[in-house]
Amino acid sequence: MSQPFRTEKGGRIDRNEQLTFTFDGEQMQGHKGDTLASALLANGVHLVGRSFKYHRPRGIISSGSEEPNALVGIYRNGDQTPNLRATQVELYQGLEAISQNRFPSLGFDIGAINDLMSPLFPAGFYYKTFMWPKSFWDRVYEPVIRAAAGLGKPPKKPDHDFYGNLYAHCDVLVAGSGPSGLAAALAAAETGAKVILCDEQAEFGGSLLSENSASVDGKEPADWVAVTLARLGAMDNVTLLPRTTAFGYFAHNYVALAERITDHIANPDPKLPRERLWQVRAKEVVIAAGAIERPLVFPENDRPGILLADAGRTYLNRYGVKVGHKVLVATASDSAWQAAFDMADHGVEVAAIVDLRETPPKNLMAIAEARGIRVEAGCVVTGTLGRKRVKAALLGRLMTSGQVASGGQVECDALLMSGGWTPTVSLYSQSRGKVVWDGDKGAFVPGKSVQHERSTGASKGLYGLQATLEDGYAAGENAAKAATGKSAKIAYSTATGGEASNGGTLGALPHDRNASRVKAFVDYQNDVTAKDVKLAVREGMHSIEHIKRYTTTGMATDQGRLSNMNALKIASGALDRPLTDVGLTTFRQPFTPTTFGLFAGVSRGDFFDPVRKTPSHDWVVENGGVFEDVGQWKRTWYFPKNGEDMHAAVARECKIARESVGLFDASTLGKIEVVGPDAAEFLERMYTNPWKKLATGRCRYGLLLNDAGFITDDGVIGRLAEGRFHVTTTTGGAPSVFARMEDYLQTEWPDLDVWITSTTEQYAVAAVQGPKAREVIAPFIEGIDLSAENLPHMSVREGTFCGVPCRLFRISFTGELGFEINVSRRHGKMMWETLAKEIEKHSGTAYGTETMHVLRAEKGYIIVGQDTDGTVTPQDAGMTWAIGKKKLDFVGKRGLERPDLKADGRPQFVGLLTTDPKVKLEEGAQVTVAENPATGTSAEGHVTSSYYSPALDRTIALAMVKNGQALEGKTLYVPMPEGSIPVEVTGTVFYDKEGARINV
Amino acid sequence: MLLIYCPYCDVERAETEFHCGGEAHIARPSDPSQTSEEEWVEFLYMRSNTKGVAAERWRHIHGCGRFFNAVRDTVSDKFLKFYKAGETMPDLEKISKEAGK
Repeated sequence: MSQPFRTEKGGRIDRNEQLTFTFDGEQMQGHKGDTLASALLANGVHLVGRSFKYHRPRGIISSGSEEPNALVGIYRNGDQTPNLRATQVELYQGLEAISQNRFPSLGFDIGAINDLMSPLFPAGFYYKTFMWPKSFWDRVYEPVIRAAAGLGKPPKKPDHDFYGNLYAHCDVLVAGSGPSGLAAALAAAETGAKVILCDEQAEFGGSLLSENSASVDGKEPADWVAVTLARLGAMDNVTLLPRTTAFGYFAHNYVALAERITDHIANPDPKLPRERLWQVRAKEVVIAAGAIERPLVFPENDRPGILLADAGRTYLNRYGVKVGHKVLVATASDSAWQAAFDMADHGVEVAAIVDLRETPPKNLMAIAEARGIRVEAGCVVTGTLGRKRVKAALLGRLMTSGQVASGGQVECDALLMSGGWTPTVSLYSQSRGKVVWDGDKGAFVPGKSVQHERSTGASKGLYGLQATLEDGYAAGENAAKAATGKSAKIAYSTATGGEASNGGTLGALPHDRNASRVKAFVDYQNDVTAKDVKLAVREGMHSIEHIKRYTTTGMATDQGRLSNMNALKIASGALDRPLTDVGLTTFRQPFTPTTFGLFAGVSRGDFFDPVRKTPSHDWVVENGGVFEDVGQWKRTWYFPKNGEDMHAAVARECKIARESVGLFDASTLGKIEVVGPDAAEFLERMYTNPWKKLATGRCRYGLLLNDAGFITDDGVIGRLAEGRFHVTTTTGGAPSVFARMEDYLQTEWPDLDVWITSTTEQYAVAAVQGPKAREVIAPFIEGIDLSAENLPHMSVREGTFCGVPCRLFRISFTGELGFEINVSRRHGKMMWETLAKEIEKHSGTAYGTETMHVLRAEKGYIIVGQDTDGTVTPQDAGMTWAIGKKKLDFVGKRGLERPDLKADGRPQFVGLLTTDPKVKLEEGAQVTVAENPATGTSAEGHVTSSYYSPALDRTIALAMVKNGQALEGKTLYVPMPEGSIPVEVTGTVFYDKEGARINV
Repeated sequence: MLLIYCPYCDVERAETEFHCGGEAHIARPSDPSQTSEEEWVEFLYMRSNTKGVAAERWRHIHGCGRFFNAVRDTVSDKFLKFYKAGETMPDLEKISKEAGK
């Protein structure tokens, strides 16, 4: 028979629409409106997974997002999403679900041996057991533990779904759509306030959807929900978001919502995102998150078939599913009695109601009697039987002595339990509010509001349908008033029935069993028992934060929403301290597990990080150039020809650039236009060099320090007019140099009349370097006399290149005659292609960053960030020539006077030549005095740059070495695993020391 | 994510538009050459790292680009005052008291 546990009628499922699904390959039927959990239960399936540590059989325990046990994998498009809560997975035609953490099958699981060996696995087991030998952790312990533990398996393929993102602003955000949430949304919306109402469930209504023993305005609660939703839906100022979890409450009323869009659809439109992240800035927030029922902590309280009482009632009334044919109800609070009554009314045999309380309320006793239900007061469950499904429960009678006497055995195929209710204070806690203990309610409830929020209804410990409705209306009015200043009086609906539930218990129940042999679970998801919590206290964990980490209670993905209060009570008992002294752990974002896809949104693949391309990019691709990533830039690394490797290509490029001409794309260099009457004065203060006397049309190398005196950037600066400079920076330093200039200009020297503009992206730059450089550019330049007399080294002129305006710099980062032509970015491709064609006439070559590095190293030019590391002064770098000696101040001048920076023993920039010219040093290698220094000896310095130099036909290196400039000619060593490499300390210029090649 | 008011643009915007520039009102000495070692080290490195009400610099980097100052309670993240660069430092104690700290 299909769905043997489905009721005859009732529930919110669509009985006309039958859906087929599979669980571990077995085909079953359900209905539209079912969750996977309700459909499984309808088919009599309780066993859905194995527990985390002991691999105990586990069943569905709840009906909501707090579910700790029923975690399943869902197959879709050839891959599976693990760890979804079956209680939240909506059924669709063809849904494929699998159980987790079992091998080889759910029914027979080898890992269950852990359960029998459980005396070997107490709390803190890992800390105690896997201490020694240390090396075993990586090789033995961790792999074995990882294989045995855990829940689902991660998906194997890239996520085939995409995810959306939306920013939203509203006056009032209402999280939760139970009675108080709906009332709040309505009251706020009627004032005209912009309202967003979200609920993690598919249907709005919360507890009202499973309430059938009360009425609102004379209507069935679910009908009142429908009417209210119709009212809200008709208002333009209301956004309704079902299937949307408010998972994070951040600073300044910034609340993150996760909307699930396609997971519940059999064949979703491929254009739809799977989920959407709503980043909501709400003026006011109403938290209507409800409350969660607490499990009772008794031995073997984890068998499949044991559920929370309210979940049993929800499955019955909302989904039309009986959790069993013979149900035992164990409780310490009133609400579970209603579950028993509803069961009886649907023809389910109620084996008994077992109430911890000596005298349960008379009215409930009377109703039970009328239905002929056996009631055992002052009684607890002390154990259960049945491995894969509960078969019977052991009862224990509470004696006045505090002892428990055996109360016999009761047969049952399901057990509903209730230890009372815990308000869901997660969002309040995330908003940085501090919960306070309410002794009357026996619960932590929200204290003072820290942000613009208020909790309402059950989430603040207020129960009873009429009271929560009233409180909801008031919260909505209050929120709207605070957000907009407006108010409106609406007629409140009134409820009858649904009275507040009294009673409840915390901690482990007493029993007459051998305490060392039985397991009473506190945290189902992490397999933590009452015994473990007590053990943690005995072993010295006295704060709940320590107990939590030692036992892992409350550390699972449900953040202990079922377990925290019981664990706290057990710890408080073991410590013999009041519960409030033990403390409560903090709830953190996200409320429920949230996909990485939601956070990543569209920032993946090509959109993960912007790619910045230079004007030569297409040409480089066509000509087989190899790119390297420099920040977000794609820069050409080298241009291999005829199967050359990098070494051969770079050697050829270097040789041609020195002998004939090379072409290099320098567009990535940072460029800043500094303009205004005080432009020269500004640069004078920023850079070490003097600028006021720099003639128009001339350039100077600029060195930029921070106020501590360390080199942070460099570049050539050209003066185009009295009050206009073209500043260049390093590629990586462009944004930070610009930001620092703005900082000094705005906050230290607001008196200066200067404007600065970043022009990095406005100019394309082609560097033409080599003896033939002038001949290469001459045919295209107009308006500039290129002769050495008119345009000497370190000059700048404005003219045209192929008819478009250009700024022509005569500068060199190679030591050869060189020009850098700046044209508007849109002409960059034309310029590059024109020059690339022209250099062919001179047997020239395009070259990349590697050749650029070699050529500059042959000349001893530093690269900031490679040869310097943020602790190098101009003196250290041998660049005191760049400091304007007569300047009273510049950024870093005072810093350079600090005693440590002037002291003897500073690292200094030097060249290193290996004795064997073929041996190339490793960049970053340490430099020592001794050939084989003793362990613990400090290095004298390190290699910063190292290359093969084609011009010298040998290797060269640059290094920072302690007092290095005085060591010229001396031999030092670079110890390497293969042996120490002797090196000679030299000057930093290896090629054309007198600089003759540059001034032609 | 913080919500920040730019006193130049006269708008509230999300934190992602701004860049925090650390403690406010640390002026670079007008003549650094006249400062003692201790004064210079104080200027370079020493920050109060306040737990509570502090004045800090912010720049509306993806907006107008201007630097301004804000008084923020570093415990609650609440902003208590925004003001333009160059304005004198407000009385933090008074602001704390008014905010009920």
